[in-house]
Amino acid sequence: MNHSRYVARSTAIAARALGDETMVMSATDSTLFTLDEVASVIWDAADGVTPLDEIVANKICTQYDIAPEIALKDAEALVENLAEHGILRLSDQPLAQSSSSRREG
Amino acid sequence: MPSVTAVAQSSGVVVEIGGLPIRLRCDSPDFLRQIKERYDGYVGSSNDADFDFEIELAPPGSVSHDEDVRVTWDSERWLMKRGDFRAEWNPSAARGRIQQTSNPYSLDSVLRIVHTLLLAREGGFLLHASSAIRNGRAFLFSGVSGAGKTTMARLAPPDAALLTDEISYVTRRDGRYSAVGTPFFGELARVGENLQAPIEALYLLAKGPKNKIEPIVGADAVRGLLGNILFFARDPEFVKLVFDSAFDFVRHIPVRRLTFVPDTSVWELIV
Repeated sequence: MNHSRYVARSTAIAARALGDETMVMSATDSTLFTLDEVASVIWDAADGVTPLDEIVANKICTQYDIAPEIALKDAEALVENLAEHGILRLSDQPLAQSSSSRREG
Repeated sequence: MPSVTAVAQSSGVVVEIGGLPIRLRCDSPDFLRQIKERYDGYVGSSNDADFDFEIELAPPGSVSHDEDVRVTWDSERWLMKRGDFRAEWNPSAARGRIQQTSNPYSLDSVLRIVHTLLLAREGGFLLHASSAIRNGRAFLFSGVSGAGKTTMARLAPPDAALLTDEISYVTRRDGRYSAVGTPFFGELARVGENLQAPIEALYLLAKGPKNKIEPIVGADAVRGLLGNILFFARDPEFVKLVFDSAFDFVRHIPVRRLTFVPDTSVWELIV
């Protein structure tokens, strides 16, 4: 059965765009990821409320010459990989972005 | 009337690195003496300190050396622990406590962690790099273990003042990046000179058949820098601060690849 999946950027990360790329660092293990142009589009759109298939259809397939089913398969592999490292959250339900508390040091 | 020992216990030793004086108190005069010797050149002449740490010495053999370092924020204090120490630090109260054996290396690790946390607030960081001042400007040589940090320090000419062969101290004050001497050493086992100078360039080290300098820009520069910054705290806000600092640093300081033959000729390029 095909169902929508939702993706949200983790709050336990630091991220910044540099040209077409996005650099993301995990706050839990300091691992650094560099997202290429297409992955950056998905990253930017990962707001927790837009389904992944909708992101792929509206943001990827309209801009890049790629078959929708291949694009979705690639996108799912990407978000699962990033979720394994804790920098994206994945769910079958819409996700709310959480906040973190302030501290000194 | 208090004894000389009692006076030493109450005053402790103030170790000032990067202009941040930290008072270390301990019941053991022997350990305070070890601290003075270990941080020779960085022991403050004044008794004033921004932070106070009380050191409690545990008996030898009461600690494990297997546990990795862990730094976490717990509502109002930083908790730091590794197999050979447990420490906590409340920045608001300017006080902390360290439990360790009488091995000065444990204290060294706590001080490194505290300084990374303090530096992060001002846009600075500790970097796996040797550094030296030449002609009034600081040069940083960064890389993983074996890349040549200590080699560059060993090959430094007499007119270069060595700041460290292992852990460089980078500050951002008044909008300028400077490198500051540290007592944190590596294979060279020599405390760096307690000096500072504006940073001229960061060199990422690689050994090769001939001396060569190439610019590194954009994401490659950020990656190269971030890969060598000391991250202790697994804490989102701390990581974000340091991450942003790395981007700011590469905007202001040239980052270059220094491929070098390990002989003194490499320093002809560092001017």
